[in-house]
Amino acid sequence: MTGSVDIANVTLTYRGAGGGVLALKGTSLNVRRGEFAAVVGPSGCGKSSLMKLVTGLVSADSGEIVIFGEKVRGPVKIAGMAFQNPNLLPWRKVIDNVLLPLEIVEPHRRKFRREKAHYRAEAEALLKTVGLEGFSERFPWELSGGMQQRVSLCRALIHQPALLMLDEPFAALDAFTREELWCVLRDLWQKLGFTVILVTHDLREATFLADNIHVMSARPGHIVMTKRIDLPRPRDLDICFKPQFTDIVHELRAKIAEVRKA
Amino acid sequence: MNTTMERLSPWLFTIGMFVLWELACRIFKIDTFVLPAPSQIFQAIGQYWLPLGKNSFVTLWTTLAGFALAVAFGIVLGIIVGWSRTIYRGLYPVMIGFNSIPKVAVVPILIIWFGIGVVPAVLTAFLISFFPIVVNVATGLATMEPELEDVLRALGARKLDIMLKVGIPRTQPYLFGSLKIAITLAFVGAVMSETIGANSGLGHLMVQAGSNFQMPLVFACLIGLAVEGIAMYAAFAYVEAYFTRWAFRSSMSAAA
Repeated sequence: MTGSVDIANVTLTYRGAGGGVLALKGTSLNVRRGEFAAVVGPSGCGKSSLMKLVTGLVSADSGEIVIFGEKVRGPVKIAGMAFQNPNLLPWRKVIDNVLLPLEIVEPHRRKFRREKAHYRAEAEALLKTVGLEGFSERFPWELSGGMQQRVSLCRALIHQPALLMLDEPFAALDAFTREELWCVLRDLWQKLGFTVILVTHDLREATFLADNIHVMSARPGHIVMTKRIDLPRPRDLDICFKPQFTDIVHELRAKIAEVRKA
Repeated sequence: MNTTMERLSPWLFTIGMFVLWELACRIFKIDTFVLPAPSQIFQAIGQYWLPLGKNSFVTLWTTLAGFALAVAFGIVLGIIVGWSRTIYRGLYPVMIGFNSIPKVAVVPILIIWFGIGVVPAVLTAFLISFFPIVVNVATGLATMEPELEDVLRALGARKLDIMLKVGIPRTQPYLFGSLKIAITLAFVGAVMSETIGANSGLGHLMVQAGSNFQMPLVFACLIGLAVEGIAMYAAFAYVEAYFTRWAFRSSMSAAA
């Protein structure tokens, strides 16, 4: 099964002072190349652990994770990540924040100094697609929360990763900004064609953006349901008020309420 | 109106203090040997400006030499301590123990080892001032956001990359904040060592003047110390503000 992200029967335990915590148990998940997948579930169900597993930041007790035909053993180098907190470096200008991954990832790392102008132009172009033209020389703290999150998205995408991992990236934003950024992410994804795994609490967000939504159980987490979203693309924000859309959200909501009780 | 008052107030208060002091000395007819009046002290400064200047310079460079050693050593040790939790836990008790030893107790040992002169002063300045630098650098590294580390590790960054790109730059406000404290401590250390055993420096001059019962000169030395201390503190407060402008962002936030 090359050409996809395959998580097969993974178990993960965190060892802490008060004994081990079983975070994931027998979790299996499959995401095709170029697919937009969302993972939803009650809080504390191990969604973030799943992110760390896929990017190779922690290793599983048992089970296997294969990304595009390659087994994950250590940190994978083809992933971009963004979190709820934009985590920009306050001493770097916006553009230098976006360029940070290129100073680390091969082969860009080797060429970075020589081809700085070329990379800068690329970063400027990316900033423009998220609506931040003319902000590249600003410092992050001069920007609003939504703008900072856009910069964070650019930083996650600048090295053209095949896989984008998002851990509740819009959770800290107000409702209007959040919907704006859904559209930014939708457009980036449609334009660049990367694979996305989006971890979120927001069922409307998942339904609006994703091809498939995977519902996780309470801890120890595993996938209890996978819902295919057949809404036509390109999707507009208006779709959020259509009955088919709200039906899906209701269905997901009911399922999560059920697993929370269990 | 208010802002000019605010700008002038440090000067007004300083001058006011000297005026009060002078008046007190005259009204209560305080003996020069107990507390010389500012007028007598400034007279002594005029009279002894050459030895005062020479010895101030010695104190200045011994302080700065000790401080420079402390900065170099403090940054390196701070990075080592901040690098891993194991080293942090292992070294911490030793450092706390070392730091709790009053450095006055160490000066005689240094004098036995290196003889009377500037070396004990430089070393005392170093010993007394490196600790806050180590602690601050280590704290800066230890408080790095774990998500940021994840972002970089997921890109294949090694520990050294993370340190160079994130850890060390983000430690800057902590480091420069500690320099302000360290320079004043280094100054205390140098002067302390000079009063115990040296043949130059303001501390030495003060002890000598004291044993000759020249109280105005003793106080002239004190004023010299105060001026030097303020100047060094101000210099590093400026350096801090200059290099870590991004850390003082609240007053500059714009664009929403």
